[in-house]
Amino acid sequence: MMMSDSKKSVVFHLGFLALLLLLQFILPAYHHGNLARIMVLATYAMGYNILFGYTGLLSLGHAMFFAAGMYGMGLTMTHLGWTAGPGMLAGLLAGVLVSAGIGFLALRTSGVSFMIVTLMFAQAGFLTILYFGEWTRGDEGFVIRQADRVFAGIDLSHPTYRYLAALLLFGICLMLTIRLMQSRFGHVLIAIRENEERTQMLGYDVHFHKWMAVIASGTMAAVAGAAYALLFGYAGATFASVQYSIFPLLWVLLGGAGTALGPFIGTLFMFYLIDLSSSLTTAYMLIAGVALVLLTLFLPQGLVGEWRRKMMPWLT
Amino acid sequence: MELAPYLILGCIEGLVTAAVLALMAVGLSLVFGVMRVVNVAHGEFFMLGAVLAWFVADQLGGHPAIAFLAALIIAPLLVGTLAMLADMTILKRISYDPERTIVATIGLLYIIQQLTLMTYGSNARPVEPPFNQRIAIPWFEWTDGGLSLYWPWGLGTTSYKLAVIGFAIILLLGIWVLMTRTRIGLIMRATQLDRDVAQAYGINVDRVYAMVFGLGAGLAALAAVLIVPIQQAHYLMGHDPLLLSFIVVIIGGLGSLVGTVIAAVMIGLSDGLISVFFTPTLAKIIATLMVTFVLIFRPSGLMGSK
Amino acid sequence: MAQKDDAMADMTTPHITTKGLSRNFGGLIAVNAVDFEVPKGEIRAIIGPNGAGKSTFVGMLCGRIAPSSGEIMFAGQNITAMPAHRRIRQGMAYTFQITSIFARLTLKENVRLATSWRWNGDESAIEEATHAALEQVGLADRMHQIAGDLSYGHQRLLEIAMGISQHPELLILDEPTQGLADSEIASFVKLIRDLGGDMTILLIEHNMNVVMDTADKITVLNLGTELATGTPQDIRANKAVQTAYLGETHA
Repeated sequence: MMMSDSKKSVVFHLGFLALLLLLQFILPAYHHGNLARIMVLATYAMGYNILFGYTGLLSLGHAMFFAAGMYGMGLTMTHLGWTAGPGMLAGLLAGVLVSAGIGFLALRTSGVSFMIVTLMFAQAGFLTILYFGEWTRGDEGFVIRQADRVFAGIDLSHPTYRYLAALLLFGICLMLTIRLMQSRFGHVLIAIRENEERTQMLGYDVHFHKWMAVIASGTMAAVAGAAYALLFGYAGATFASVQYSIFPLLWVLLGGAGTALGPFIGTLFMFYLIDLSSSLTTAYMLIAGVALVLLTLFLPQGLVGEWRRKMMPWLT
Repeated sequence: MELAPYLILGCIEGLVTAAVLALMAVGLSLVFGVMRVVNVAHGEFFMLGAVLAWFVADQLGGHPAIAFLAALIIAPLLVGTLAMLADMTILKRISYDPERTIVATIGLLYIIQQLTLMTYGSNARPVEPPFNQRIAIPWFEWTDGGLSLYWPWGLGTTSYKLAVIGFAIILLLGIWVLMTRTRIGLIMRATQLDRDVAQAYGINVDRVYAMVFGLGAGLAALAAVLIVPIQQAHYLMGHDPLLLSFIVVIIGGLGSLVGTVIAAVMIGLSDGLISVFFTPTLAKIIATLMVTFVLIFRPSGLMGSK
Repeated sequence: MAQKDDAMADMTTPHITTKGLSRNFGGLIAVNAVDFEVPKGEIRAIIGPNGAGKSTFVGMLCGRIAPSSGEIMFAGQNITAMPAHRRIRQGMAYTFQITSIFARLTLKENVRLATSWRWNGDESAIEEATHAALEQVGLADRMHQIAGDLSYGHQRLLEIAMGISQHPELLILDEPTQGLADSEIASFVKLIRDLGGDMTILLIEHNMNVVMDTADKITVLNLGTELATGTPQDIRANKAVQTAYLGETHA
């Protein structure tokens, strides 16, 4: 097949999505439910990957974008009585606004300062959610009633439709990521990661590109957050905490930063690793800790990254 | 009712916070200054100090002063050694690459925290202070005989708290002397200024790094031992102090010890005073946003040089 | 982009000019009120001892360093406040003193990044410009190699190829022959001579042979100020320059 590399990559990923579609009919209920959750969280990780894996900016505060989407949807549905569709839009819009604003401020710093500033903003966001507990119910969170989780007449709390909705979200975001990274804009992001000064001196507005990357990344994270609230019926402050900023970093590193499927593989792997270990001990985050240390020591490219390096260099 | 005595109380409480915070932040600042890495597990070294202090005190029993003294020596030593090991096995291997170090120390954070959860459990346990006399806070009032002292009802601090402040001051001075007046301090500062040149002059940079990392962790542990008679030891107690010490180090200026101490005093005091008037959550929001904007608009902090 | 409609004016107005351009770092004055003028199509070498301010000066021209005071005009436009990436779009290209390329990408990808914005998405034009640039520096046969695997000398040539591929009006080369073998230097000299004509070239160089072989004119900087400007013969004969600087040979 004399296909160009980029076409090969697109075909491969579409095939992968087809596989996920097939699984909807085959998987037993437990794994079926897990996979739906994994796909939504993987979308969050994919958003993170745009900024970290492709552009090379390490944010420690992405939970604020996830939460922006989650609460954007959750609050409008609960307090304003909006339905699912407008709720999702509210979540998306919240993501755009928060990421544009925070990005504008945070990009005035770089390197370690950028990491700390994003961490701090996210922490402030988390505390603000707690502070306005009257509306957000703080740590406890609030439930989005099953009756409201309906879109175009389809009950999204039903496992099948929930899975398909998650797959749709994941699929769209996966193909968008691929499209983005194969475009000229995506190539510039990678160039910025590889050598920022050189990229600037080749005529590219590096600051603008970074800002756009933050917005794309934050918005995808927010959409995932909104979808999570919609599909699993719950919004809570935990999702805005530091832990949920660390998770996508962990998932992306494990799966392979700068690969399109890395985030999914990483999320899948970690989900089941924690699933298995939490049946053994309450201290399952220990596994996460060990995984992080081992990863950064021995497998800096991640699972898909190493695979790509050795077997499929044309993979996006 | 006078406001001033309450302000004094707030100040003393704030100074205790500042003392502990200063020690912890100096540890963090040292590590960043010399090694140029951010140690996210710093809060867990703090927590480990407190937990080990409880362990030592629990095992030894006997008079609280002796148990406390033992803890004060043993806990920081143990934690410092552990940190040195972590540096030599993990951080050195990844060549202190800034990103990989953050990831590795996040991993270390969870490992330490969760292992503590598994062994020590999720309860908070107290440690007895070596001494704890109640000291009432006096204030002035006008009487027929002129200005005289009186003791407002219910306002007091403890001898231990005052001792913590004093001890921290002595310790900080000791560190200042160490860094500026001893050969070891000179070696550390040389390595900080230019790692490669230091190496060319025969300084074993790897060993210096291990030492500094151990020293930083030891200081955090020490700070925790000091605070544990007041606070209790709990496996999650590292989280808030970590964020606070980040704030202190950034505002004070990364790599500047003097700036760190000044910032610690400022933040400790304001924390003590703000808590008298505001809810803790709002206070934390304000503090967090403050440091964020300092980083954005005045990246070198109060006195630091990036 | 320069106004091509008034070709006559192009020939008389200088291509790049500075007026009183200065830069100080704290107390240190690196560049001191330099007036500088290069007409279009000239190959101008900038020489001077270490610390003369050459790299700082050129850094201000391309926008990497902000001036403390003074003005820069390029193709009739005042670009003093223009950010670096926009100057590149206006027709400047710059190679770093310490080679700065994308080590993990292939040669082809490197050059493509340099040239792709210029052709409005026309894929065949991008391909052509990429190939041509690599041909010109003699690296076309290594197109698919990873840039980081090249020798340092070849990496420098790659960087020059990246500059050329942009079809710039002004090419600024910061010590381009440093680290090149003699044969490579010879090809470089030929390359520069072939390029000249339409392209204005600014060359910071220590290698006096290269300077004498390529430059139309030479500007000598010392301690941040302009010492002399003239043809290679003038500069060679200039006593002040001779005593202080041409005495240093740099292979």
